Amino acid sequence: MRNAKEIIARRVALELRDHSLVNLGIGLPTLVASYVPVGISVAFQSENGIIGFGAPPPEGMESPHLTDAGGGFISALPGAASFDSVTSFALIRGGHLDMTVLGGLQVDASGRLANWVIPGKIVPGMGGAMDLVAGAKRVVVAMQHTDRGKPKIIEKLNLPPTSARRVSLVVTEMAVIEPTDEGLRLLERAPGVSVDEIVASTGAKLLIDGEPPVMPIVSAENAA
Amino acid sequence: MQDCISPEKAAAMIPDGASIMFGGFLGVGSPDRVIDALVARGARGLTIIGNDTAMPTRGVGKLIEAGCVAHVKASHIGTNPTTQKKMITGELEVELVPQGTLAERIRAGGCGLGGILTPTGVGTVVAEGKQVIEIDGASFLLERPLRADFALLRAHEADHFGNLTYRLTAANFNPVMAFAANCVIAEPDEIVPVGVIPPDAVRTPGVLVHHLVRRVQ
Repeated sequence: MRNAKEIIARRVALELRDHSLVNLGIGLPTLVASYVPVGISVAFQSENGIIGFGAPPPEGMESPHLTDAGGGFISALPGAASFDSVTSFALIRGGHLDMTVLGGLQVDASGRLANWVIPGKIVPGMGGAMDLVAGAKRVVVAMQHTDRGKPKIIEKLNLPPTSARRVSLVVTEMAVIEPTDEGLRLLERAPGVSVDEIVASTGAKLLIDGEPPVMPIVSAENAA
Repeated sequence: MQDCISPEKAAAMIPDGASIMFGGFLGVGSPDRVIDALVARGARGLTIIGNDTAMPTRGVGKLIEAGCVAHVKASHIGTNPTTQKKMITGELEVELVPQGTLAERIRAGGCGLGGILTPTGVGTVVAEGKQVIEIDGASFLLERPLRADFALLRAHEADHFGNLTYRLTAANFNPVMAFAANCVIAEPDEIVPVGVIPPDAVRTPGVLVHHLVRRVQ
């Protein structure tokens, strides 16, 4: 059995569309870049100011002027473009970003995301997350289904929301869930996970139409 | 561009209690030599405006660590435990601003705009105390312009007129901040004669820059 984060990253990778512009959040979402399906060409944006970045250069060949939004060294692929923060957020907020993949602390029944602060405990700041959720055409949340056994998908957020906007899709190691007008729709279940197990690990009502299909994931053979 | 000064002179020009915009993203594209000089001078009570507070040993993080700062306006402080510690003890006042909103507020401040309308933050704590304006059925927050006494920029090249270029992701907030302060000090990696930077390559026109920080001696 693959670990939870890898399952999530492999499933999210199937949401990537050819010739799209995608921003991956720090942490789990970054893993998605490792599973881009064969035949799909995606430009990744890093909000500190680049489209078209690639894997870290060989040791000793890093540029101090070329990093990702987490501060890690990156390389630039042919066709890459760099720009300042105003341009970067014009891309994000202006409807030019096809998809963002973000980590999550909680998602509620109305599809709102909380992912930037745990008041009194961790106050890192929202960084670009609020702009990404407000502006990306699709917002995909990539997160583990529970936190130490406690559901992260709940009826109503008890952490401050990142945006009033409803996210497009939630991918966990157990399920794929789509927030809709009617509520949270269970679209897929992970291999070897039953609907009952998903319901037991979810703190919000799920809309279930019959037996949901098993989640496809990008296999190692198909990843570019 | 008026003159070319040492980092120490730049630090001496900035009084305690000044508000300063700092270019830089987690220390990348950060005016490190002037920051070191401000720490060495023992600056106090500064208001710093920038994307983040980097790390305790990098970029503006050094100013936080050295106790130079009273107020922070930034989008992210998660990489600097000292910022969080001092915020909790009340030694430091922190205003968190969404990254894109920060960029646009600075742009508004530097471009003569009375504010900006953004969808970012609607329905969140960021909206508290702010006017929500409906435009064609969508909700926007009215965010106010931001200016500072000083902008400290890090550039790649500067010419003798103060025209600036930047490298890759080291540009970040530097170009927009060049518009939004009463005194703009640029710290370039290299200073070249006028004409070496082609006009099309100039990202910040030299007329915006008051002082260049001299080369490393």
